[in-house]
Amino acid sequence: MTLIKHELRQGKLSFLIWTASIGALLAICIFLFPEMKGQMEGVNDIFASMGSFTEAFGMDRLNFGTLIGFYAVECGNVLGLGGAFFASLCAVGMLSKEEKDRTAEFLLTHPVSRRRIVTGKLSAVFVQIVAMNAILYAISMGSIMAVGEEIPWKELNLFHLAYFLLQLELAGICFGVSAFMRKGSAGAGLGIAAMMYFLNLVANITEAAEFLKYITPFGYCEGAEIVANGRLDGGLLALGLAFGAVGIVAAYLQYCRKDITV
Amino acid sequence: MEAIRTENLSKYYGKARGIEQISLSVAEGEFFGFIGPNGAGKSTTIRTLLGLICPTGGQAAVLGFDIVKEKEQILARTGYLPSEAMFHPGMRVRDVLKFSADLRKKDCREAADGLCERLQLDTRRKVDELSFGNRKKVAIVCALQHEPQLLILDEPTSGLDPLMQKAFFEILRERNGKGTTVFLSSHILSEIQRNCSRAAIIRAGRIIVCDSVDALSQTNARRVTVHGSVSLEGLSGVRDIREADGTVSFLYNGAMNALLRTLAAGEVTDLSVSEPDLEEIFLHFYEK
Repeated sequence: MTLIKHELRQGKLSFLIWTASIGALLAICIFLFPEMKGQMEGVNDIFASMGSFTEAFGMDRLNFGTLIGFYAVECGNVLGLGGAFFASLCAVGMLSKEEKDRTAEFLLTHPVSRRRIVTGKLSAVFVQIVAMNAILYAISMGSIMAVGEEIPWKELNLFHLAYFLLQLELAGICFGVSAFMRKGSAGAGLGIAAMMYFLNLVANITEAAEFLKYITPFGYCEGAEIVANGRLDGGLLALGLAFGAVGIVAAYLQYCRKDITV
Repeated sequence: MEAIRTENLSKYYGKARGIEQISLSVAEGEFFGFIGPNGAGKSTTIRTLLGLICPTGGQAAVLGFDIVKEKEQILARTGYLPSEAMFHPGMRVRDVLKFSADLRKKDCREAADGLCERLQLDTRRKVDELSFGNRKKVAIVCALQHEPQLLILDEPTSGLDPLMQKAFFEILRERNGKGTTVFLSSHILSEIQRNCSRAAIIRAGRIIVCDSVDALSQTNARRVTVHGSVSLEGLSGVRDIREADGTVSFLYNGAMNALLRTLAAGEVTDLSVSEPDLEEIFLHFYEK
């Protein structure tokens, strides 16, 4: 518990900045919806005839004139990218920062096993992701109520659940990467999150690259699919969470036997 | 029981040498010195004993616990002062001390207050704003506040002013008087000579000598530098003579009176007598 509290205090500023930024962007998007709704008939046609760009963002299968269609594309991108970047950054620095900041010697010469340190740090990542998603969920629902729209609970809950699981998967993978790194891990975290995002765009554009959906967690966060099916793709989800679990297991195996030389 | 016992302890980083076949024995309650230049393997030895790095050969026990299998038991009873203390950013000194005590599941406030007062450490300051010396003081309090059985100190006085060094060694002697074992790693010979009862010298990853400090001191030479003209003929115990621009410098381990008589017979404009650097001590041991 001591270590979890310590990590939460250490990550407080970053957490607040990311949560406030993503929350503000989500709220802005939602507050823009009533104004855009009236202009959407013409816009829908434009968005639906933009070729690969339309397919990449699933805009050929969603109606921008409805809150759920608008939310899936606009808010989905904000929540997806923002959440993915935060989860990746938070996890990828969690273990490696001790060596980068040269605090590992201090921390690891206390009578706390490496396994407990990994567990404490992993828990801190998990708590931050849960807290951020809870706040963003509350901001979203509050904003929708504030603009007087009816909340499509089922779809929105599925969206938020999908993005929460996406963040957990990316965090698990990045946590594993963190155990192998000694310095400069932020680039790796951002790179992994951005790469996953673009893999999904590529998978949407061309059928030949559809297999990429099995690699990127953005595959099971596709708004159009969620709206059409009324559920998340269990297969993709299980595969994604398995990737995250592999990252976590790798983190335990590596960090528990790692030489701390700085 | 021995506080530290190593048998052929080795550590290689890939093919690079860390330490080789280190065999040491430090008794409980001993004030033990560990001498060596930078890169000799002092820190590698300490990090191996503390479980920060895994040995590639040999075995070791600290306070009777195996360094690989029983790390937590060792760390619970040991205080470690690193050569360069770094703390998590944004924390105040009092937060660092509390965090360290909490990780040990101990209430160390009383001991910490006493140590901070003696070391004149302001606990309200942020660690990021502290000088190297003040960071060192924080590390000293962290190492001592839980009253460990064993203290492992890596270059403890670097960054401390002479007054603080004095206060620090007073604390160490008090703790040692109460039974705490002190393992002092340093390249400052005088520090070892003043405080330790036994010492080991490490060079290129290997222990080259381990003996009582008295025995080591007897073999210690002094570097004598004389400005002016002086004849060293007939003076025994002179080695490694270097002459340049009216200055003669030599290593001397003979009788001091004989040296003074020789110098008095010459024309000396300036004189310095200093401890030879460690390389010279090592050479001395190799020549034996």
